[in-house]
Amino acid sequence: MAEFGNPEIVEEEVDILIIGGGMAACGTAYEIGPWIDAAKKEGVDISVKLVDKAAVDRSGAVAQGLSAINTYIGPEQDPADYARMVSNDLMGITRDDLAYDLGRHVDESVHLFEEWGLPIWKLDENGERHNGAEGLPPLKDGGKPVRSGKWQIMINGESYKWIVAEAAKKALGVDNIQERVFIVKLVNDKKDKNRVAGAVGFSVREHKLYVYKFKACMLAAGGCVNIFRPRSVGEGQGRAWYPVWNAGSTYAMAAEAGAELTMMENRFVPTRFKDGYGPVGAWFLLFKSKATNGDGEVYMERNKDMLDDYPPYGQAAVPASCLRNHLMLKEMREGRGPIWMDTVTALANLRETLSPREVKHLEAEAWEDFLDMCIGQCGIWAGENIEPDKKNSELMPTEPYLLGSHSGCCGIWVSGPDDVGAPTTEEHPEKDKIPSHLPEGWNWGYRGMTTVTGLFTAGDGVGASGHKFSSGSHAEGRMCAKSMVKFVMDNKDWVPELDTSVEELVEEIYRPVRNYLEHKDYTTAIDVNPNYITPRMLQFRLQKIMDEYVAGVATYYTTNEHMLKLAEEKLEMLKEDSLKMRAKDLHELLRAWENYHRILTAEAHMKHIQFREESRYPGFYYRMDKNFVDEENWKCFVNSVYDKETKTWTCFKRAHKDLVDKSKLFK
Amino acid sequence: MPTFVRTDKCDGCKGQDKTACMYICPHDLMKLDMDGSLTGHAMKSFNQEPDQCWECYSCVKICPQNAIEARPYADIVPLGASVQPLRGTDSIMWTIKFRNGTMKRFKFPIRTTPEGSIDPYGGKPEADINNIDKPGFFVQVNGFREGDPSELICK
Repeated sequence: MAEFGNPEIVEEEVDILIIGGGMAACGTAYEIGPWIDAAKKEGVDISVKLVDKAAVDRSGAVAQGLSAINTYIGPEQDPADYARMVSNDLMGITRDDLAYDLGRHVDESVHLFEEWGLPIWKLDENGERHNGAEGLPPLKDGGKPVRSGKWQIMINGESYKWIVAEAAKKALGVDNIQERVFIVKLVNDKKDKNRVAGAVGFSVREHKLYVYKFKACMLAAGGCVNIFRPRSVGEGQGRAWYPVWNAGSTYAMAAEAGAELTMMENRFVPTRFKDGYGPVGAWFLLFKSKATNGDGEVYMERNKDMLDDYPPYGQAAVPASCLRNHLMLKEMREGRGPIWMDTVTALANLRETLSPREVKHLEAEAWEDFLDMCIGQCGIWAGENIEPDKKNSELMPTEPYLLGSHSGCCGIWVSGPDDVGAPTTEEHPEKDKIPSHLPEGWNWGYRGMTTVTGLFTAGDGVGASGHKFSSGSHAEGRMCAKSMVKFVMDNKDWVPELDTSVEELVEEIYRPVRNYLEHKDYTTAIDVNPNYITPRMLQFRLQKIMDEYVAGVATYYTTNEHMLKLAEEKLEMLKEDSLKMRAKDLHELLRAWENYHRILTAEAHMKHIQFREESRYPGFYYRMDKNFVDEENWKCFVNSVYDKETKTWTCFKRAHKDLVDKSKLFK
Repeated sequence: MPTFVRTDKCDGCKGQDKTACMYICPHDLMKLDMDGSLTGHAMKSFNQEPDQCWECYSCVKICPQNAIEARPYADIVPLGASVQPLRGTDSIMWTIKFRNGTMKRFKFPIRTTPEGSIDPYGGKPEADINNIDKPGFFVQVNGFREGDPSELICK
């Protein structure tokens, strides 16, 4: 009988495994059905399983809901416009092929969301706005969305994930969905170490360990949160801006399987309402609010000359996100805080311009913006007696986050579309430093496949793009569905064989449990024991290192080569000690593995910052020893691979190339 | 703002082995104390790791007894406020109580179709295997943006 420390081993073979249950995974789950039916007609039967560590109804970054869909191109804009925006916001180094491809596909997913029941705000013929349940024509029939920005549209999105999950679950069939199983490790193929053949994980509900074998795998387990010490360190530390359950699993598992990562030096430091991290997009773009320093001066105007230090990225109509932080941080560093969002003036001005009917709804709109996606911010407003028409709110730049779907571009290097003019050879002068087993060019195979054969990713997993958000992640997952079906058809007779025995995998995964059971009676206090470390303390150690040496909030996002060297040593010891994590129950085993994934992700971040000898993202991080943007030497991708045997990273450059004309941004 | 469970309302989802809040929490925080050994309250659930709570309110919204509420973070927020939803099938009602007693109530739509009514492939075409290498999805709902070919300067 299975018990804690002695799990039942469940071995299963499928053709395609989907790891994750967020927007990207739900996209794959939806799109894949008809292609499987089409493959069947060609004589190829394909089985699929989706494994989620939580419940699909409320998993991933959209669990809480959203108040806007941030990527909707609309009939009036071109995918090239979108690719240009993505590029400039991320300081020029993104893959136009990936952004362009996403831009041409993403609205298809948005139209489906609306068909399934997601309420999308609309403008009527008089230009007045209405909520999404008032029966105005849908977007696909020409309905006009309420734009809160050039790319964003407002929604009543409390049940956004619930709706998308319903479609995904019905499409895939609940028998093909395994919830509450946390996949922690990919397993390479026995005959080809650059191929993935399996994945292992455990149930957080039962004493069961799962070993999956497959031909292809979609790894979409989100970005990475809480590798840096958060600004709130008590009860509030769970109120991360991005979901606290995003533990870097995507990047860590892919890296260990040998996948090439890209732009892991990139991070996102969102400026948000202080402490609750409520969204600012609608306030800036829809309500036309301004942010000021403590003296009421608009810092984007006061410090606008600082944008000229970073041509051309500071000179676009909308300067890069990091540069907007850069201008704000000057005020904070020089003692002109706090930073205010002037909600009072914004709402007063709106009362002058909106219709009486709209004014009536204005207060509800302002509150819904938080209630749909960041309820905790409402708790802070209510607790501090803040009504936004009467009292302004503070803004604050958060602790750093790693992700590839929002205003960030770290992630995995994937094969892009082959019909948009992307390079097929490597043209970088240092191309001889790229490990020889890695492919050349930007499309070496199946769309969305990593440099590891059979391993696909989407959403936060795909690096060097960004600004895909919820809708784009769904669309990217759908693209992977097609290419994985094609991959399986092309490999229909291939049989996966694991390069590690099941016994060894069990031993490794359950190591924290064994550490606990073996040593728990050595001391009287369960959490203080020289033979093991709790996942919680290990996380604190990681956060302290990253915060103090790798440009966290403690140093105002600054670091240098000496500090990075120290971080490198400390992270190596932390990684060694991760083998001594304990798990007193299945819940703590979940935390142990999440934190192992965090360490690897953090290490990649540190190594990339160390390798890139410039400060590409002023406002997100500064290498004070290289405090400039060096277009000549560093307008290139920094990529890396991890060797799971030696536990070491190799960083290298890849050439950047514009596939759309960026000069149009600056005319 | 970690969630907490009211002892007077939680019924442990009537003795099932899994409560609604355990089912839904994205971060595995809610736990049913079967015998009361962990909390002193047998057959009631609790938030086992409050400082990891994202306050997504998934448990609050799904609880059939409305037994779960949230108390704003003690390390940040002055006492006395609450934000409580009542989620239906097509809308959600929010009651917000300020520290100073001010009350606000809002109701928002959450869905325009009946829950459970999605027919994912109803009325949709089959996938054409000849298109598997081409851009676009198996179904087009007027959202594919072809783009101006002249924008692609390397093609």
